[in-house]
Amino acid sequence: MELNRYQQEAFSYQRPFLEKFGSKTVIWSLFFLGWISVGAYALYLQITKGHSITGMRDNVVWGLYIVNFIFFIGLSYAGSIIAGLLHLFKVPWGKPIVRLAQMMTIISVIVGPIFILLCVGRFDRLHHLFIYPRIQSPLTWDVLAILTYFVGSALFLYMALIKDFAVYRDAKLNIPKWKQKLYKFLATGCRGVASQKRHLILSQNLLAIILIPLSIMVSSILSWIFGMTLRPGWHSTIFGPYFVLGALYSGCGALIVIMWVYRVRYKMQQYFTDKHFVYLGYSMMVLAAGYGYFTFSEYFTSWFGSAKWDSEVINKLFSPKEYGWWTLFANAAGILLPIVIVAIPATRKRNWITFAAFVMVMALWVKRYLIIVPTLETPALPMEDTRIAYVKYSATWPEWALTFAGVATFLLFFTLMSRFITVVPVSDLEDPALHPPFPHSRKPIQELTQPA
Amino acid sequence: MNSEINQDNSRRDFLKTAAVATLATAACAGIACSCSPKKAAVPQKVKLLSPEGEIVEIDSAYLNYQEHMAIVSKLEAREGIAGKRFVMVVDLARCKNARKCISACQKWHYRPEETEWLTVKLMKDSDKGAPYWFPKQCFHCDNPPCVKVCPVDATFKRQDGLVLIDNDRCIGCKFCMAACPYSTRVFNWDEPKVPEDLRELAANPETNIPARVGTVEKCDFCPDRARDGLLPPCVEACPNGVFYFGDENEDTVTNGDETISFTQLIKDRAGYQFMEELGTKPRVYYLPPKDRQFPVERGYENLPDKIKPRFKEIMESIPGKSGI
Repeated sequence: MELNRYQQEAFSYQRPFLEKFGSKTVIWSLFFLGWISVGAYALYLQITKGHSITGMRDNVVWGLYIVNFIFFIGLSYAGSIIAGLLHLFKVPWGKPIVRLAQMMTIISVIVGPIFILLCVGRFDRLHHLFIYPRIQSPLTWDVLAILTYFVGSALFLYMALIKDFAVYRDAKLNIPKWKQKLYKFLATGCRGVASQKRHLILSQNLLAIILIPLSIMVSSILSWIFGMTLRPGWHSTIFGPYFVLGALYSGCGALIVIMWVYRVRYKMQQYFTDKHFVYLGYSMMVLAAGYGYFTFSEYFTSWFGSAKWDSEVINKLFSPKEYGWWTLFANAAGILLPIVIVAIPATRKRNWITFAAFVMVMALWVKRYLIIVPTLETPALPMEDTRIAYVKYSATWPEWALTFAGVATFLLFFTLMSRFITVVPVSDLEDPALHPPFPHSRKPIQELTQPA
Repeated sequence: MNSEINQDNSRRDFLKTAAVATLATAACAGIACSCSPKKAAVPQKVKLLSPEGEIVEIDSAYLNYQEHMAIVSKLEAREGIAGKRFVMVVDLARCKNARKCISACQKWHYRPEETEWLTVKLMKDSDKGAPYWFPKQCFHCDNPPCVKVCPVDATFKRQDGLVLIDNDRCIGCKFCMAACPYSTRVFNWDEPKVPEDLRELAANPETNIPARVGTVEKCDFCPDRARDGLLPPCVEACPNGVFYFGDENEDTVTNGDETISFTQLIKDRAGYQFMEELGTKPRVYYLPPKDRQFPVERGYENLPDKIKPRFKEIMESIPGKSGI
């Protein structure tokens, strides 16, 4: 693979990350593994003692696990929509961040479904999904959708990586033999010939065209697990688009946070510039407005219509004695905060935007909790005769432990992956002198070529 | 029509095979027993109808008497009892929350105390409305939201109207529980306490015995008893004849004491389905609590002590009462 001067520079900057693990990385990885092992212990307890050690009961049958599932799957869908759009529209500033988005996609589509498995009462019977499939069930749709999506997004990441694998192969990296062989195998004989490049571009275009509508489909299917039931707060036509937008929105925020972490940890300010934060911040602001609009429509129609069962849920969400404060947090931090911070020029700065994005991602997790739990806590029939533990849900420590283990798995995957591939794609970068990344930047070349 | 004939044929075929199998077993047993000295002790002949329609005589010692529990194949359990459409009518005017139905149900199905398939709710429809006791089991809906969402066909609708669960297939995703608007289904969060001798029984969707950890279960209208011509235990146990169970095709329901026309009962007493606006088409009908036989407070006494306080507010709201 022949590289131009700028690509050469990008590679030589990232080369040490591929060659050496570094003590900091080891410490972080061990830290994450520690979390994961606590989660593994909780899982062991759950398997041996039964699901009674969770806070889920007959009334509230789903809890944190499903919340985490929606959360991670949402990040994943957003990742490929963002990467796909940046790729298809050849957004010049998008080049350095496409891979981060793709990594987020594949990692969270692995972590998300783990939570569904934790929630299922009979682990050992999962093959029933394939030997007795029932196509009417939204859950079957979801199994098909997630599997398809996993394959698609893995291919998308791989296609984008082939040329880079060729770069690693040819670079004579100081790494063990097996790793060199692996790179060689993964590069599949790519030499950067024009025809190879053309095929790669073509297949990536095709995958992007497939993945964007696919993400929208699978996101909607995820929402239909809830939307297709007759429950108040779930049974709503807005749920499909609501989940699509929610996924995209939270994913955009997560991408900003991930970018910030890499900028700090790997000192990649040269590639993840302030402008990237501002541009993604703009997208986040627009999505926040859209999400706010959907949220408002959802609450407003059921509050105004005030059907008995619907208003029970709405009252729970807005009563300070129940979920009022959480609703306030989810909407203030999850919708208003990013809009305000990006809208005001004084706060339209990298750190501020990242702060808003981080709080927003948390708030959207809370929002998912508010979608799942209050609805399940509001059955149609009175609950006086039901055991008190069954009426309200409160998560137990194994559920929290497994939640944090999921987050740790997500972070561990990122840590390990960024030691195996270059986080900034090398072979796709363009010389900023020839292709200015930001259309209106006055001094793009200096800003981009001189590391701060 | 065609399908009916087919069904009839398949049923006849089944009976044939079953009879042949019985005879074959009997014959084998005969050979096996021929050397047994006990054989001579019961020299009684029994007449049986062979598959060819001939009457044959068999020594009664060769017959294997089965316990009352009907043994059906999983396929049969999925198809249901041909020609039946089970239906239940609950007379709310007669219920005083005696809770005998609950204990009978628990006992028959070997349910532990905390998983009730049948519950009695205290309903109060409006602010001024008077509360009433409301027994609730599975409604065996004709358009069941739970069956629609099951990803593995573990819960299914049968031709006789019942919605049952194959707890050998259920993966425990709990989607059906989230989908059921009537909170009918229960989950085995722990290893269920099942008597020793029942633990090894093969899974039978008609009984759901033994219960299995990590699976969903619910009221099944006791089809195993129906096969034996018996009423469900809740119907039998009720001291006030609240439950009428029967067959919509025969247009007959009975509470054990009186047997009446289903349509007539629904017509005379303005029977309704609970939350029918959801489009689930329940197979359980309720007769409104008009001219109640018992004051609602009578039921309060029967509640387990630990949950009594939670009914206080609603009991105090009864018109003309100063409170409990």
